[in-house]
Amino acid sequence: MRLYLKFFTMHLKSQMQYKTSFFLTAVSQFLVSFTALLGVWFMFLRFNEVNGFTFPQVLLCHAVVLLSFSLAECFGRGFDVFPQLIGNGMFDRVLVRPRSAVFQVLASQVEFSRIGRLLQALVVFIYAIPASGILWTWDRVVTLCLMIICGSFVFFFLFLVYAAISFFTIEGLEFMNILTDGGREFGRYPFAVYGKAVLGFLTYVIPLALFQYYPLLYLLGLETSRLYMLMPLLSLLFGIPAIAFWRFGLHRYRSTGS
Amino acid sequence: MIRLENINKSFRVARRQSGFGQAVKALVSRKTDTIHALQDVSFSIDRGEMVGYIGPNGAGKSTTIKVMCGILTPDSGICEIAGRVPWQSRIDHVREIGVVFGQRSQLWWDVPVCDSFDLIRDIYQVDERQYRKTLDELVALLELADILMTPTRSLSLGQRMRCEIAASLLHQPKILFLDEPTIGLDAVSKIAVRQFIRNLNTEHGTTVILTTHDMQDIEALTERILLIGKGRILLDGSLQELKKRASVRKKLTIEYIGKAPDISSGMQLIEQREGRIIIELNPDICSVSDAIARLAAESEIQDLSVSDISAEDMVAELYRSYQI
Repeated sequence: MRLYLKFFTMHLKSQMQYKTSFFLTAVSQFLVSFTALLGVWFMFLRFNEVNGFTFPQVLLCHAVVLLSFSLAECFGRGFDVFPQLIGNGMFDRVLVRPRSAVFQVLASQVEFSRIGRLLQALVVFIYAIPASGILWTWDRVVTLCLMIICGSFVFFFLFLVYAAISFFTIEGLEFMNILTDGGREFGRYPFAVYGKAVLGFLTYVIPLALFQYYPLLYLLGLETSRLYMLMPLLSLLFGIPAIAFWRFGLHRYRSTGS
Repeated sequence: MIRLENINKSFRVARRQSGFGQAVKALVSRKTDTIHALQDVSFSIDRGEMVGYIGPNGAGKSTTIKVMCGILTPDSGICEIAGRVPWQSRIDHVREIGVVFGQRSQLWWDVPVCDSFDLIRDIYQVDERQYRKTLDELVALLELADILMTPTRSLSLGQRMRCEIAASLLHQPKILFLDEPTIGLDAVSKIAVRQFIRNLNTEHGTTVILTTHDMQDIEALTERILLIGKGRILLDGSLQELKKRASVRKKLTIEYIGKAPDISSGMQLIEQREGRIIIELNPDICSVSDAIARLAAESEIQDLSVSDISAEDMVAELYRSYQI
């Protein structure tokens, strides 16, 4: 952990070398996700509710997904650009150092410019938390925290899977973006609005709905079972196949080389 | 210290003809060829040895290095380094080795070199006092004092390479792998780097394995060379011995006035320009004094020098004779 902080400061030092670039990227990140927000808003200008959810409630959902995604991307960026790391051979350098590969890849990149998105998510929260009409009892606060934390992990695991695929293909596969970036974009609305099949997929295969839709129901008082509150924790199980897949990829890399 | 026995390693490589049509075809069905990168590679290296590992491009040098670093797992064979199998106990193993990839930096591009060094200290968990000592020594020997505070991006290639080498030695490895350490360096930096590697070997007893295409590196540093070609170890012996074998033949450079001297038996013309001729002698047929006498009889010689065949030529010939 101390070592991660060291890496973290190094990245901070590096990125501060290019202040303008950092600032502009952060602003553009803010603007890009702002358009997504506008999209939601226009939708609600026409319809008062989507699948029974009001505008602030959807915003809450939007903010949870955006915040989780930004956190995952900020810290897990190393896995997002992992194909490059393999392509230019720097991954060999990682393997000749006495630390775990996951740790080093994790520490190899920290994307501070994602602060733009983080900020946006926070602003939306500030609006949506009081406007959603939810009575914020302690268990609901815990639920919200769980949604964000577990959400970050799920997105992070998705990045891990994405990275592991490039052990096989050298190039990253764009179809994974449907799950990562797509997850972020579709996550603007509670996943149930996309129909049963999608919800099922996002529950049992890629558990994005476990930290978004089900606990949201608990927040809104539509479900009272504590199970729905703890649903986000269940989504962490996704880490098991993700890490196993990474291990498998790493093993293959070391026996095939590049 | 290092023991490799019958290491085999093959890769599958996709093959296709050039052209767009072929590229589309390759999407559907790919032909793969198996390339035997290493075949029955065996050698052993003792503690404190300096070994030059040479071979043409694509011969399997870096594959061997990767196997010894624990990056690659071979298909079969035994590799034991300091009592460990590199790919099985990677983390313990890499603590003991230092690797300089000439082309792959481990310094951070935008921060001063000393910050990169500090981070490496933390990665390897080097004890602070020992780190200070090692760093001071490296700074003095590699003359880094002036550049330690400079960001890597504003260093010259030679300065950067010196920093790379220092970076790989901060944890005092017992074995140092150098991959083209002098590539792109100017004469002064080359000499400085070589001098440093020599000192490292004599004073710390560090085992050094050097791959390079620069024969002067080999000549200046290593006693023993390993020649690899097409994935097989072709030669394992001392540089002196090899040289003796090749240098029976001499090179004669003659500057003359007037008519060019005729070449007689035992001589082989290497190069001829106006007023200058280079001849290789096979002393079994024609001794040096014979040759000079014969040449001097025919034309007026202004200047003459006799030299052994250079390491460069010798290796080129080795490659030729093994057809690699």
